[in-house]
Amino acid sequence: MTMHIVDRRLNPGGKSLENRQRFLRRAKALVQGAVKKTSQDRDIKDVLEGGEVAIPLDGMDEPRFRRGGGTRDMVLPGNKKFIEGDILPRPNQGGGRGTGPGEGDSEDAFRFVLSRDEFVNLFLDDLELPDLAKRKLAEAESEGLHRAGYTTSGSPANISVSRTVKLALARRVALRRPRPEQIAELEAEAAEAEEPRRSELLAQVAALKAKAKRIPFIDPIDIRYRRFETVPKPVAQAVMFCLMDVSGSMSEHMKDLAKRFYMLLYVFLKRRYRHVEIVFIRHTDRAEEVDEDTFFHGPASGGTLVSSALQAMHDIVRTRFRPADWNIYAAQASDGDNMTSDSILTGRLLTEQILPVTQFFAYLEVGEAANYTFDMPDSSLWTLYERLRNEGAPLAMRKVSERSEIFPVFQDLFKRRGKQERATP
Amino acid sequence: MTMIGERLFDGADWDFRTLQRVHDACEEIAKSELGLDVYPNQIEVITAEQMLDAYSSVGMPLFYKHWSFGKHFAFQEASYRKGYMGLAYEIVINSSPCISYLMEENTATMQTLVIAHAAFGHNHFFKNNYLFKQWTDADGILDYLEFAKGYISHCEDRYGRRAVEHTLDAAHALMSHGIDRYPGKKKLDLRTEEKRAGERRAHEESAFNDLWRTVPTGPAKTRAALTAERRRILLGLPQENILYFLEKTAPRLQPWQREVLRIVRHIAQYFYPQSQTKVMNEGTATYTHYRIMNRLHDQGRISDGNFLEFLQSHTNVVFQPDFDDPRFSGFNPYALGFAMMQDIERIVTEPEDEDREWFPDIAGRGDVMGVLREVWANYRDESFVGQFLSPRLMRRLRLFHLHDDPAETAGIRVDAIHDERGYRRVRRELSRQYDVGFIDPNIEVIDVDLEGDRRLMLRHTVVKGSQLVETDARRVLQHLADLWSYDVVLTEVDTHDKVLKEYVVSPRILPAAA
Repeated sequence: MTMHIVDRRLNPGGKSLENRQRFLRRAKALVQGAVKKTSQDRDIKDVLEGGEVAIPLDGMDEPRFRRGGGTRDMVLPGNKKFIEGDILPRPNQGGGRGTGPGEGDSEDAFRFVLSRDEFVNLFLDDLELPDLAKRKLAEAESEGLHRAGYTTSGSPANISVSRTVKLALARRVALRRPRPEQIAELEAEAAEAEEPRRSELLAQVAALKAKAKRIPFIDPIDIRYRRFETVPKPVAQAVMFCLMDVSGSMSEHMKDLAKRFYMLLYVFLKRRYRHVEIVFIRHTDRAEEVDEDTFFHGPASGGTLVSSALQAMHDIVRTRFRPADWNIYAAQASDGDNMTSDSILTGRLLTEQILPVTQFFAYLEVGEAANYTFDMPDSSLWTLYERLRNEGAPLAMRKVSERSEIFPVFQDLFKRRGKQERATP
Repeated sequence: MTMIGERLFDGADWDFRTLQRVHDACEEIAKSELGLDVYPNQIEVITAEQMLDAYSSVGMPLFYKHWSFGKHFAFQEASYRKGYMGLAYEIVINSSPCISYLMEENTATMQTLVIAHAAFGHNHFFKNNYLFKQWTDADGILDYLEFAKGYISHCEDRYGRRAVEHTLDAAHALMSHGIDRYPGKKKLDLRTEEKRAGERRAHEESAFNDLWRTVPTGPAKTRAALTAERRRILLGLPQENILYFLEKTAPRLQPWQREVLRIVRHIAQYFYPQSQTKVMNEGTATYTHYRIMNRLHDQGRISDGNFLEFLQSHTNVVFQPDFDDPRFSGFNPYALGFAMMQDIERIVTEPEDEDREWFPDIAGRGDVMGVLREVWANYRDESFVGQFLSPRLMRRLRLFHLHDDPAETAGIRVDAIHDERGYRRVRRELSRQYDVGFIDPNIEVIDVDLEGDRRLMLRHTVVKGSQLVETDARRVLQHLADLWSYDVVLTEVDTHDKVLKEYVVSPRILPAAA
């Protein structure tokens, strides 16, 4: 008898992936709750690492008719000292059954592992990119027209004359259409010729004329139209500007808060765009573009001029990130100090240069831990931005002083809302 | 006689040629020495992930999509990663050709063990046991699963995933009640039907005697009673195959929903023999691999080191913890099955007086494999234990029987132990533990109120005071009502027809029904 060996190892894996997705979809609300809960206990750095979650089994159970109670008889192995007629005390109730996936009591939580992608998706699922300043660019894709050869049908405006004439010529040559010159020549010859020869020539001319009539100069089958295809042109790239005040008044704690916010924003953007660039601009009383490490840890000191950072961002946008090709996001973190004299310039830069080209501009005012920011008088920058917002500038702004507030604030900023609502309250 | 054969492999490594050699060597022993009769084999090498995949879709190589399989996969993956659970070394499918999955991580010794165990032990059992012969179609199952998968995904495209999911959820909830427990009457073809009717007429004519007309009959049945009876006959009631009943008679199901119920029902039926023969099936396979491995070692085709490796896995497989051991979770079918097979071997070859008294038919017959093959072909767990569990094995396993009556406040009574007075009772109780008639609650469709509100009536006959667990029962009945589209009533009655509890469930409005 023949035996077959089949190597299945190279078969595409993830055969159960679809079942898994179905399961996650069904348990979505529950898993999402679990993800939120899990992420609260985590450091933001690991928040998106995936990992184990536990969900209650409610709604995920697979019920069967089961029996319980009544008299039970069982045969067991390993008798050591019992003899017939012995009475054994009952063990305390609640000896657990095995933990099958959901077949047992429904109070049991069901634990399983989510991959990083699944975790991130669920984590950010009810968030959405704000669609503020440039509605049409917020689409991840835009459409463009591309030439795509020729077609036999189309609108008259798109007739390609050169191609049509070329085809007509080829056809005429192939079918040997008599040229007008040839006919004229024969006619001239006939006019001069003697009788038998003359009628012969005239007959020839008549035949050629008839043939020329049968073979038109341009036939409908020659006509060609230019063909266009709409090609989706993805605006699949985004740039994220991180603006931060690094003047002496910003403590390590405040920088840490800002960093966490930037990280979330980065992960979030990364989900929507294939390519995300980050530009770090730090400023004191003058601004510079720096690398990440310098941005968070490099020492700097000086006064505070927010307008310098906005100006720097504006310059970078103009030189490197054409707003038509890039989705631009900006998040600014500051303790709120700014020179009073700078307010007018800052306001103008923001409303006239920055906001029109950005998708989203968030201002995060960071405070010291356990510092009751909300009881304190508003900072100068906050006051300024609030005024701008009240005048209609699409700004999102929040105050944060504790690590634990970062995620709620982030969620709040990007929460999915009704179309009409503004992302900022 | 011990032949010195060539080593099948050295060390732990193997390749496909090794597998082929191992298979051929096993086949030779299985056929010539054990007299096994198997389907052609197909061996598939898979990864751990694929093994998990197979686990979560009930071991089948292809199956339709459903969220519950995803749930099982997630659960199993989590416990596998944490190390709570090892993966089985193999999965084998009752089909022709018989497909055995081998994990790539296994060593050469393990692959040999698995081939002997699955490709010959299980394979022989599938092909020869009467339940499998009666209930499953090994040639057709893979094609059928292929069809089922295609059909269900086609339904999803056509009627929407939600609707299909609802129907499948409901069908799964009733899966254990979608089984015919007795082979139905074979449908007669028209010609035989006609012939039979003619014979019946001829018999009536020949037996006609006008005297019968004068015999007084009982009081005439009322019309209502007659129609009720007729209705029940027409609907084939009482009916314990609930899925079948719904498929045929539920008033508002779409044709595709009926087909989905049918698919689930067929699959449940396919697995029905497996659930009744766990001990025997594993016992057969374990006994087979034990014999084959020993023989291969005798022949010198497996080295001593590899044989020790085998013995270690074998010992783990047939380990039976005592009832008070924390590892105890019921009887290990491998352990009990293997112990009983070996015990039969002993009874056939070296019986004692006790065995002659208990097993006069087989004691001392000498032909071990002949007896075992008969046993493997003609029993299921319940009858196997009831027939072949010997007093000696009961003593060895130190079996005892506990009777737990909630009415008894003092505690649980030890009803019988492994002694002269207890053997038969212990054996009967253990056999009953494997009786599907006792394991599954006995629920039947008894009637439909066709003239009134079309409510469907079911009855659960409560045995030994063990009623349905309410939360689950309600959920299942909800599914049932959704399929039936009218109210469903389930009454629990004890053996004296006393009503213990009544459930009434109304259907939900489902998108599918709308």
